[in-house]
Amino acid sequence: MKTQSAVWKYWAILATLLLPVSTLAAEDGKLKVGFMLPYSGTYAGLGHAITNGFKQHVDELGGKIAGRTVEYVTVDDESDPAKATENAGKLIKRDKVDVIVGTVHSGVALALTRVARETNTLLINPNAGADEITGSLCAPNIFRVSFSAWQPSYAMGNVMLERKHKNVVTLAWKYSFGEQSVAAFKEAFEKGGGKVVKEMTLPFPNTEFQPYLTEIAALKPDAVFVFFSGAGAVKFVKDYVAAGLKTSIPLYAPGFLTDGTLEAMGDAGAGLLTTLHYADGLENAKDKAFRTRYAITYKMQPDVFAVQGYDAAQLLAAGVGAVKGDLGKRADMVKAMETAKIDSPRGAFQLSKAHNPIQDIYLRKAEGRENKVIGVVSKALADPARGCKM
Amino acid sequence: MDIVSLLIQTLNAVQYGLVLFLVASGLTLIFGIMRIINLAHGSFYMIGAYMAFGLSSGITETLPAMIAVGLILSFFIGFVLEWVFYAFLYQREHLEQVLLTYGLILVFEELRSILFGNDVLGVPVPEVFAGSIPLTDTLSYPVYRIFISVACLIMAGLLYYLIRHTRLGMMIRAGSHDRTMVQALGININLLFRIVFAIGFMLAAFSGMISAPMTSVSPGMGNQVLIISFVVVVIGGIGSVGGAMVAAMVIAFADVFGKVLVPAYAGMFVYLVMALVLLWRPEGIFRKG
Repeated sequence: MKTQSAVWKYWAILATLLLPVSTLAAEDGKLKVGFMLPYSGTYAGLGHAITNGFKQHVDELGGKIAGRTVEYVTVDDESDPAKATENAGKLIKRDKVDVIVGTVHSGVALALTRVARETNTLLINPNAGADEITGSLCAPNIFRVSFSAWQPSYAMGNVMLERKHKNVVTLAWKYSFGEQSVAAFKEAFEKGGGKVVKEMTLPFPNTEFQPYLTEIAALKPDAVFVFFSGAGAVKFVKDYVAAGLKTSIPLYAPGFLTDGTLEAMGDAGAGLLTTLHYADGLENAKDKAFRTRYAITYKMQPDVFAVQGYDAAQLLAAGVGAVKGDLGKRADMVKAMETAKIDSPRGAFQLSKAHNPIQDIYLRKAEGRENKVIGVVSKALADPARGCKM
Repeated sequence: MDIVSLLIQTLNAVQYGLVLFLVASGLTLIFGIMRIINLAHGSFYMIGAYMAFGLSSGITETLPAMIAVGLILSFFIGFVLEWVFYAFLYQREHLEQVLLTYGLILVFEELRSILFGNDVLGVPVPEVFAGSIPLTDTLSYPVYRIFISVACLIMAGLLYYLIRHTRLGMMIRAGSHDRTMVQALGININLLFRIVFAIGFMLAAFSGMISAPMTSVSPGMGNQVLIISFVVVVIGGIGSVGGAMVAAMVIAFADVFGKVLVPAYAGMFVYLVMALVLLWRPEGIFRKG
């Protein structure tokens, strides 16, 4: 029995050795894009929006980039960091993709970025904001078209200074994105002479906010800065309003608080001020065209995630186009992507040295179901890319 | 901490404890009395919340009608669920119970995704309870939270009365001790357990329903209440309604004051308290005999 299974094992190894050669030969001329995104679970909607946005730009180009037909391979990463390395391996080893587009969840993205660095696979990150991705983990083949956690929160620090707030309390979930957001806010706010009276955190994803609201009411700060998103954001804002705090102590947050959550908040969300790199009601032709086409194709309104997917495709097209489809010229392609001017619906941007967008951060105000733009808070804001040696 | 803050935090803790009790009460019946490890308890809670969303946005806006329809509907669902799935579990191993009820979580999550999508949804607070009562010059207390507390107290009272002082409750207690003996006395134990299970489901769904306006209605919301519900039932002593109430209060006070006094360790404080209680009384606070 043992010898028989050993024989099978050899056959299996032989088969896997032969397989890539045959597939490679068949796919010459195609450009293989691997989506590693969440298509199930809490973030499924975000994964689909990114995919839709990406495909929209490729369709605008007639389904081809530099003469090579774009072919998609998808892996559902389930927003599960434990499966991230395996899933990335599938796309790289099994499917032999030319580029990976992923992902939403920062924990998964960190693992994916490490794999991409080790295997020198081209990676375009369409969302996950962990500072490290274009910080200590930065590399020539790692690109991000979304934001770093630092950017919107740093901008918010300046907004709150301009609004003459002196003493502020912060509240966030105790996990890396929450901590990075608060740190960035504090950096800007304290540099401008403000004072963070108390930094409060609660375990993720706990939503029993009442004890914290009681403390905020007792401390009576000038304003409150929070980081929450999704279902937790809805509950927090509802609780904040129900506790009567919204009228006396203004609430500020990076845009994740009100993106995709305003309808669930109902009246409680009205008037909330947030900062992000995208907003509703931007006055530019690109955004209008993008939104119209998206609404017609997918029968729904685009969001910031669709924009990021769209820009991921634009960045890829810029790189592949510059080398006329010859991916062997990796260095030239990276150079072209680094210097490309991306005509994004959010407003045109270029990448920083660490490959993160240098972009305008907008101040938005919640009206109905929209985050209406009020103005630009930080013009061409670049992430400091701490720990990046490139 | 000054005296006013202390009082308000105590109020927060009591209110949270009552909610915890209500959320865990269904599990007290199904796990505590019927001895089935029901991992799908969180899903029952989620079903209740989505029911509130469905009813409030489509069918009826008035709260009593909504609750009545929801209770009847959930009793019916619970009754059928027991018939089709859980009835086969009483004589089985714990592992098989875990497998089936875990499978049900996946099924319910997928159904939820098909029926309602993956967005975060909200249920508005009913008009009657929309106001707030001012406590200090900056803080006020939402009326809806007081309504929930009252609802929890009523449910706790009813449950205690049902189990301790009615014929049905007597049969339930006897059945949990010795199925065969109760059957031998001519009581239809299958029907009896089906009704108990349906009540358990109804309690979980009810807590989901009335919590919905206060929180949000979203994917995975059941997972968040599942663990804390088991903590409450285990600390309280399996099968004891009174124990579950005391345990819910212990947990709530640990949570609220943990967050205020040792914020850095708030995440583990509740479980630390649980470990201490179980070291002191391995069978739970209200252990039997």
